[in-house]
Parts: sequence; structure tokens; C-alpha cells
Amino acid sequence: MRTRKRSSALVNGSLLVICILWLIPTVGLLVSSFRTRDDVLSTGWWTILPHQEWSMVQQFAPPPSIDTTVNMQIAGASGTFDQFRSGVVIPDGKRVVWVGNRRAAVIQIQEQRWVTTIHLTLQNYQDVLTGKEYEVADANGNKHTEKGDDLSGAFLNTVAVTVPSVVIPVTIAAFAAYGFAWMRFPGRKQLFALVVALLVVPLQIALVPVLHDYVQLRLNGTFLAVWLAHAGFGLPLAIYLLYNYISSLPRDILESAFVDGASHFTIFVRLILPLSVPALASYAIFQFLWVWNDYLVALIFIGNQSGTQVLTMRLAEIIGSRGSDWHLLTAGAFISMLLPLLVFFALQRYFVRGLTAGSVKG
Amino acid sequence: MTLRIHGTVNLGRLVLSLLAILATFLILWQGFLFLRDSGDTPKIVIAAIAVLWGGGGIALLFLVANWLIEPLPAKWIRRLQPFIFVGPGIAMVAYFLAIPTARTFFASLFDRDGSAFVGLQNYIDVFTQPAMLVTLRNNLLWIVFGASLTIIFGLVIATLADQSPLETIVKAIIFMPMAISLVAAGIIWKFVYAVKDAADSQIGLLNAVVVALGGQPQAWIAQLQPWNNLFLIIIVVWLQTGYAMVLFSAAIKSIPAEIPEAARIDGANEVQVFFRITIPSIMGTLIAVSTTVIIFTLKIFDIVIVMTGGQYGTDVISTQFYNQFFVFRNFGLGSALAVILLIAVIPIMVYNLRQFGRREAF
Repeated sequence: MRTRKRSSALVNGSLLVICILWLIPTVGLLVSSFRTRDDVLSTGWWTILPHQEWSMVQQFAPPPSIDTTVNMQIAGASGTFDQFRSGVVIPDGKRVVWVGNRRAAVIQIQEQRWVTTIHLTLQNYQDVLTGKEYEVADANGNKHTEKGDDLSGAFLNTVAVTVPSVVIPVTIAAFAAYGFAWMRFPGRKQLFALVVALLVVPLQIALVPVLHDYVQLRLNGTFLAVWLAHAGFGLPLAIYLLYNYISSLPRDILESAFVDGASHFTIFVRLILPLSVPALASYAIFQFLWVWNDYLVALIFIGNQSGTQVLTMRLAEIIGSRGSDWHLLTAGAFISMLLPLLVFFALQRYFVRGLTAGSVKG
Repeated sequence: MTLRIHGTVNLGRLVLSLLAILATFLILWQGFLFLRDSGDTPKIVIAAIAVLWGGGGIALLFLVANWLIEPLPAKWIRRLQPFIFVGPGIAMVAYFLAIPTARTFFASLFDRDGSAFVGLQNYIDVFTQPAMLVTLRNNLLWIVFGASLTIIFGLVIATLADQSPLETIVKAIIFMPMAISLVAAGIIWKFVYAVKDAADSQIGLLNAVVVALGGQPQAWIAQLQPWNNLFLIIIVVWLQTGYAMVLFSAAIKSIPAEIPEAARIDGANEVQVFFRITIPSIMGTLIAVSTTVIIFTLKIFDIVIVMTGGQYGTDVISTQFYNQFFVFRNFGLGSALAVILLIAVIPIMVYNLRQFGRREAF
């Protein structure tokens, strides 16, 4: 271990810049998800910070006789109609703006003031979570109803897809890893070589033949289809990681258990499983994040079955159908990130250990 | 299954065992039918049953199989038991990865609906059609820029963080995007790249910065071909740098502190220490991380589909594969694209197998 950190202002300064760059996109998402619909769609999220903006001090009707086709003199400023439309600055720092068209208008005197636009709301979350219809009012006060995106349903679906997709491969792989590590049988080396070879096989190559079978079995669009697929695709890494761990457990523990007359099954359940918890946990977290965040496998095997769609699919659909509704997209994205971020920060230690052990994965 | 076993066979037990298997399959089958056909049940119920069925079902299968062979003579238990342990795992990787690989390769030799044998025509198409060439070029861009930027950022941040008292928090911040799905990351960055008319105020951060500096707002991911690919690649660099950084950081910490200290005493500056000592010492990790990152970027799908759908010259092999299958219904060409992904990782597979062959334990 290093005790002394050779820290300098340059090192810490560059790290600070890097961290800010890394965080800003996510901060923007988080802030936007709590802003009102109109704010999100008209101003940048950073305007919640104090900034200078033109605000009205005074307002009056234009002189009735004024000719808008020539240079005009209003409130000590002079300029053409177009210049007044975008604002003419007068010597004391204020500006004169023509708001409206040539016939119906008001003249505003504005000055720079420090403002913040903080109107925070949970409305976006409500709208995006519900599966029911809700009412929105646009800038002109016109109301219309929109269909909710039912992310709460998609959230449940994602849980239903993820948990068995983690439990099934972990269970199967633990048995297999024990078999490879502590049993001798013909074909053992060849079968394990198969597992190693399949570690890097891109799953794209397997999708269509499996889909073909699923259609025959009428499995398409069911949770079962996705669980089995995720289990199958995740197994090579699971077996490989767990084998590495289980085969490194001290041999004498097992031998003394055998002397006591325990069977393989008993040893596995009573001895090996409890000892392997760190390895099981790191793989489980790995697979959890992988399945929760997966889009391709769900897209292929769930397809357009709206009852079983997971979060990533719903989000991708919202991007496709209403890609500029940033107030909904930001809230939806944050909902999908919530659980993995929690798991990730709570169990980071196990996750990192799994990564270090599994850096050969495809 | 009929076994000629010497010694006493408890017929009652055999019948019971068969019944147990039957009951297990019946329970699993009923669960399967319920989950497949339960459209109207509340999702929370389906999710709970799904978890129970998926997790419990596997444990039940192992238990019953083990119970089944227990009455057999010891010799038979020794022969059969390994296959109970490794059998399900091997069966699943075979069905979900090994066999589909062969099936996809076979399909790639046939025409678009699989009716006529066309030899290598699909592969010739991949390397001659203009759209395919753009796809291959983009994958090359992804690998060259995506992998190298990830490695460089990961290495630089790991080295800097190692010298800073803020190491833990810096690493957590950079690592955080690893927990986010590519779809959510797509939303985060689509918002950063968002563009509005030059007359309106920009809500996308990048365009706001460009406009503040006096530039014109750009549609970053639509125009500027082929450089729009880089704006997509940045997203994955943002996401993966944490992975590279964590592994590099672990490797850097395992370099004995005396070595760089000795070099510094001999007058080496920090840059020399980095290139002459740090890099050579972590070469193994550098290679492992590079392979993983290259495999990941090679298969990239979600980001491209979510951000552009492959339009504006941003298609990659994986999106092209998806479109050929599910949009253009050209199964032969789609399969050929999947096989090309596989061929690209074969060197890595061979390397892994060689490493495995050298292992003492097997």
C-alpha cells in the first residue's frame, strides 16, 4: 500500500475538470426530469442556476402616429422596425423592445437582472409512470389528453425478467462449476474448452435460430423466452468465473468431508455454496446489470408484445414516437437508472472483483 | 430408461422417482403455460410467480435428478452424477450458443428466404455493396476511436487518481455510467446534442456552448458525415472508461512502490516513469482490457439504434444485421453479417483456448 500521495494542484485540477465533464450529462438529465414541461422545452436546464436575463421594467403602447417603415425614435432609442423587434440598447444599459407585429404591439423597456427559473415538479414522473390518459395544457392554454407511457408496468416487467434471468444461470453455473472443479469424468476437458470458446461468441449469431425455435414453441413474447435466452447467453461467463473460484478452494476441506461420508450433493449445498458467496455475488451483480440494461435480447424475444415490454424497450419506443418530449424522456431514463445505480453503489466492491476476474468476456 | 443393475432394485422407489420427475415437469409445465398465456393477471402477481417459478424450478430439477440416482449402486452414481452437475449447463450453452452458431453459418450460405443455395454470395455482397461498405467503415471507426479513446482516458484517469487524495470519489464518478443502460445513455446524450432553430434558445448543452461562442447550432448526429459517428462513439467512451480505469487502477497499485521511486531518485520525470515503468508493468492488463473493449465496441447496437436508427451513414454491423433480418427480411445476408462478427473474434477465442490449454489443473 502507498501511504504518501504525491498530490499536486495540477493533478487535482485536471481530475476535477474530468469529473465535471463526466457528471454534467447525467446532472442535466436529472435536473430536466424535475422541471416543468414548458421550461424543459423552451430553456436549457442550466438556467436554474442564477444568470442574467432581460426582464421587463415598463410597458406602454407605441405612439399611434409612428411610422414603422422608417427609422423610429422610441424612449430615447432609435432604429428600424427590425432592430426594435430584437431590442435596441439605450445608454443606461436598458433596452427597448417592440413586442408584437406592426399593427398590434406593446413597447417594453427591459433591463438585465439576475434570475433563476426554478419551477420544480414531479409531474413528469407521474405522467411517464402511469398507464392511464392524462391532460396537458400547452403554452396557449389549449388542453389535450395524452396516453401515459406506463413505465410502472415496464418497471415490474423488468424486475420479472431480471430476477429469474440472474437466478437461473447462477444456479446452473454453480452446479456445473463444481462438477468441472471436483469431479472426474470422460470429456471433462473438451466440455470446459467449449465453455471457454463460447465466452467471446457474439450473441447476435445465436439470436435468429433461437427465435425460430421460439416461434415454433409459441414462446415468443413471454418472460420464459427471455429468461432462458439470458441464462443461455450468460452461462459461459458464469461457469468460467465460478469454476475459477470453486477450483481454488482448499482441497482438504472437501477431502475431510468425503471421509465423513458426505455425498457430492451434500458437500455442494452445505459447503461449497456458502463458501462461494463472494463469487456468486459478483457474477449475480454482473448479470443483473447486464440483463436490466439489455435492449437487444428483449427486442428480439419480446418484440411488440406490449404486456411484457421492459424499460429499455419502452424508452426506445418513446424516443421513436415522441423524441422531443424531453420532460418525459429524462424522467423515464432516470427511472430506468434508479435500481441499477443503487445496486451498483451498494455492491460496488463485489462488482469490481467480478470485472477483474472476468476481463475475457465477450 | 432401463438399466440392468446388479443387486437389488427397489421397484417402489423407481416408480416413485419416475412419478417425482413427472410431477416436477408437470409443475414446471403448468407454470410455463400460465406465464405464457396469462395476459390479464396483474403484473405484480406474474412477476412474483415468475421469480418463484424460474428460481425454484431449477433447484427442484437438480434435487429430483439427484434423488433419482441416489438408490443406484455407488459405481453408477459416480458415473452419472457428474452429468447431473454439468449436464444442464452444457446443454444450455450448446443449445443457445454452439448449435445456433452452426445454424447461422449454414443459413448464411442460402439466399434471402433460405430457399436456394448461393455459396459465398452473401459474403461477397457484404464486401461490395456500398451500404455495407459504409457499415464496415463505421465499425472500423468504432474500434479505432472507441477502443483507443477508452484506453487512453482510462489509463490517464487511473494514473492521475492514483496520485490524488480524492481517488475514491473520482473513481466512483467515472465508473458510474457503467451502471446505466445504453438506451438511457442514449437519452442523456441525445439531450446534450439536441438542436433547435438558430432563432430559439438552445436546450442542448453542446449547441448552447457553440452558440455562446458565436457559432451556428449543428445537428451533431445527423449532419457532418462521417464525423457524426464520432459523436456516437463519445457516448460509449463515456460509458466504458470507468471499466478500463478500474482495471488499470488495480494493476497500477500492484506495481511495487520501490520501482517508480527508484526511477525518480535516478532523475526520471513523471512522463518517463509513466512510459518506461507503468505501461510495461501493466501490459497484461492493457491487453486484456483492450480485447474486452474491442469486443464490446465491435458488437455495438443499442446506441446506434436509439440515436439514429442507423440513418445518416451511422449503420454498424449489428444494426445492419438487425435491419436485414427484421426490416428487409434478408435472412441470408443477415446471417452472413452475424458470421462476420464471429470471425472478427476468432483470434481472441483461439488465444483464450491456448491459455486454457496451458493450465496445469486440467
